[in-house]
Amino acid sequence: MALQIEEIKKLILEALPDALIEIKDLMGDSNHYSAKITSSAFNNISRIEQHKLVYKSLKGKMGNELHALSITTEGK
Amino acid sequence: MNAVNQIKELIQKNDICLFMKGTPESPQCGFSMAVSNLLKHLNVKFEGINVLENQELRQAIKDYSDWPTVPQLYVKGEFVGGCDIVKEMFEKGELKTLLEKKSLI
Repeated sequence: MALQIEEIKKLILEALPDALIEIKDLMGDSNHYSAKITSSAFNNISRIEQHKLVYKSLKGKMGNELHALSITTEGK
Repeated sequence: MNAVNQIKELIQKNDICLFMKGTPESPQCGFSMAVSNLLKHLNVKFEGINVLENQELRQAIKDYSDWPTVPQLYVKGEFVGGCDIVKEMFEKGELKTLLEKKSLI
C-alpha cells in the first residue's frame, strides 16, 4: 500500500511539530516522493542524524510501504 | 561468518565501500546507480557490494547503520550516508573534501 502525501506529512509533524514540509510526488504514482523539511530539531546535529529523525518519524515505513522518499533537511 | 562480521570486514578492508543494489557495472536501482556514478566521476577506487545477492546482508546493513535504505556509503569504516546525503555532499564539494582528507583522491 502506497502512502499519500498527507499521511507522510502527518507522521513527520507528529515527531517534529515545528517542521515546515514540502513534499512532491515525483512520478505521480504515490511511490516516489521528495521532501524538503525544515525544523529546529535539526539544529546542530549531523545530516545523518537529521535524516534518521525523519526516518524514525515514518515508523518503519521507509523502505517498505514507502519505496522512495528523497530527503533534504535544514535547521531553523 | 555472520553478516555483521562480514560487514565489519568489508568496510575495514575497502577504504571506500558502497553497499548497493546491483553492481557498479550494472546497478539495479536508480539510487544505487546515482551514488556509484558520483564515485566513478570522482575517479576513486571503490568496492561495490551487491546486497541483492545476499538477503541476510541486505537486512544486516540496515541494522548495522540504523538506516532503512540502500545504497549506503562507507569511507574508512565510517558510514557517510545514503543517496540524498552523498548527492548533497557531492554538490557542495564536501564529498571530494572528505575523500581528500582521507587521502583517497
